Amino acid sequence: MAQDQQRPPHQRHEEDQHIPDPLPEGTPSPGSASAQSADLDSLLDEIDGVLEVNAEEFVQGFVQKGGQ
Amino acid sequence: MDTRIMGVETEYGVHTVHPTKRPLAPDEVARYMFKPVVDWGNSSNVFISNGSRLYLDVGSHPEYATAETTRLDELLASDAAGDAIMHRLVTKAQQAMADDGFDGQVYLYRNNADSLGNSYGSHENYMIERTTQYRRLAEALLPFMVTRQLICGSGVVIQDPNVLPLVEQFPTRSDPHFAFSQRADYMYEAISSSSTRARPMINTRDEPHADSSKFRRLHVIVGDSNMSETTQLLRFGATDLLLRIIEAGKPLSNLQLAHPVRAIRNVSHDLTGNAPLELVGGRTMTALEIQEYYLDMAQEFLNKNGEHHGYLKQIMDLWERTLEAIRSQNYSAIDTEIDWAIKYKFFNAYAHKNNLDWDTARLVQLDMSYHDIDPQRGLFNLLEARGAAARVLTDAQVEAAHNNPPATTRALLRHRFIHSARALGMDYSMDWTHMKLNHHPMQTLYIRDAFETDISIVDELFAKVASADL
Repeated sequence: MAQDQQRPPHQRHEEDQHIPDPLPEGTPSPGSASAQSADLDSLLDEIDGVLEVNAEEFVQGFVQKGGQ
Repeated sequence: MDTRIMGVETEYGVHTVHPTKRPLAPDEVARYMFKPVVDWGNSSNVFISNGSRLYLDVGSHPEYATAETTRLDELLASDAAGDAIMHRLVTKAQQAMADDGFDGQVYLYRNNADSLGNSYGSHENYMIERTTQYRRLAEALLPFMVTRQLICGSGVVIQDPNVLPLVEQFPTRSDPHFAFSQRADYMYEAISSSSTRARPMINTRDEPHADSSKFRRLHVIVGDSNMSETTQLLRFGATDLLLRIIEAGKPLSNLQLAHPVRAIRNVSHDLTGNAPLELVGGRTMTALEIQEYYLDMAQEFLNKNGEHHGYLKQIMDLWERTLEAIRSQNYSAIDTEIDWAIKYKFFNAYAHKNNLDWDTARLVQLDMSYHDIDPQRGLFNLLEARGAAARVLTDAQVEAAHNNPPATTRALLRHRFIHSARALGMDYSMDWTHMKLNHHPMQTLYIRDAFETDISIVDELFAKVASADL
C-alpha cells in the first residue's frame, strides 16, 4: 500500500510546534489536488480488501450495550 | 476565564468478528483488554502516566478521559494518545485471546452507536466560573449545541430512518440518506442532571473536580466522536469561545429554541443547513442562520477583545469556510478538514463506483470502518495517511502525550506522584483531586486548584513519608 506523504492544502508542516502561524489561503495547487484524488481512487479499490466480505452480517454483529 | 481547563472523555465500541464461530461478547473482550491494566494498577479504573484516566465504563465500554488541559494542542494530543493506548490494549488482547483459543478480529470504534441503536459518547468538559449562572449559561449555549453538528458532526449513513429512536414522535426524512450527526438521533432531553436515562445534551450534574466555591464543570454530552484533528480543533475552540462570550455577560438567549430535541434531529437530517427551527415566540431560523449568528458574534468579540490563543485564526477561518460550504452546497473547501465532509466525499465516490445507494449495508460497514482506530485498517486513518485528512498535530506531539502530562495543569503532579510511588513500590490511590499513599492516609494530597503545576508539593510528601519511615 502506498504511503504517500502528500499533504492537503490546510495542513501544517511537521516542524511547526504549538503556537501555529496563520494559515495560508486555502486554494490547493492543481498538482496537489490531482495527486490527492488519484490516491483516493486507489483507496476506493484497496478498501475492499480491508473490509470483511459479508457487510450485512458484519454490521448486524456489532452490538454493544449503551454507555455513559 | 482567561485560561480554561478542558477535557474530553471517549467511550469506544467493541466489536469482535469470527468467520465461523460465535465471537466473544464485548464484555469478555474488554476484560482481555484491561487485563494488563489490572496487572499494572490493581484495578480496571486507573490514572496513567500522562495524567489521563483509563477505565471500563458501564456496558463494558473501554473509556479514556484526557487529563486536564488548558491548550487545544494539549487536548488534541492527549485525546489522540488515548486512541494509541487503546490500540495497544487491543493488540495485546488479540494475542491473549489467541493463546486461549479465541481467534477472531477485534475492532475498536470511536463512534456513537451500535447496530441496535445503543448509543455512547464523546463527553466534553469545560471549567466555568461559579459566578456565571449555570442555567443561564446552559440555555444560552443550547441553540449553538443543537446546530454545532454543521461544523463538527462526524457524518452518518442512515440506512433505515424508520428504526431511529423516537422516530414516531420526531419524524425526519424517510428515505435512506447521509446525515450530519451520529449522535443527534439519540438525544432525548436538552438540559438535565441524568446522563444515561434521559440522555440530555448538557448535563447539569455538579461535580467540579475543583474548588467548588469558585468553579463548575460544564459537561456537554451532545457531541459526535470525531476522528479529524481539525474538526476537533474547531469543535473545542468554537465552544470555548462561545463560553467566553457568555461569561463576558453578552445576552444570547434571544435564540431560545422552542423544541430542542426535535430541532437537533431536523438539523442532522438536512445537509442544506436550511432546516427551519422554531424559536420561542414563534419566529423560525435555519440551522445555518443560527450558526452564522454565532460566528458573527464570535468575530465581533475577538475584534474587540483580541485573541486569547494562537489557533483562533485557523478556527475562525474553518468555521466560516464550513458554513460557506454548506450555504453553497460545495463541500470541496472543507473535505479534508471536517469529519462529515471527509466521510461524505469518500462514501459518495465509493457508492458511485460500486453503484450503491445509502440503503446498503456496505456503506454502513464503511461508516464503522471510518471510526475503526486501527492505524493500518481504519478508513479515517488510511485517508489521513494519504493526506486526505488534514492534521493539527505532529506525530511527535502525539507520541509525547502517551506518557507525558499536559504542562499547564495539576496532571503534572499526578504524573510525578505515580512515578514516585511506583519507583518506591508504594501502594497508592487517586482520583481527579486526591493523591494518597495507602500506608500514609493522613498525608493525602488534595489538589483542588486544577491549574496547580508545582511538583515540589508531591516531592515534599515523599520526603515527609521517607523520613517518617526511618
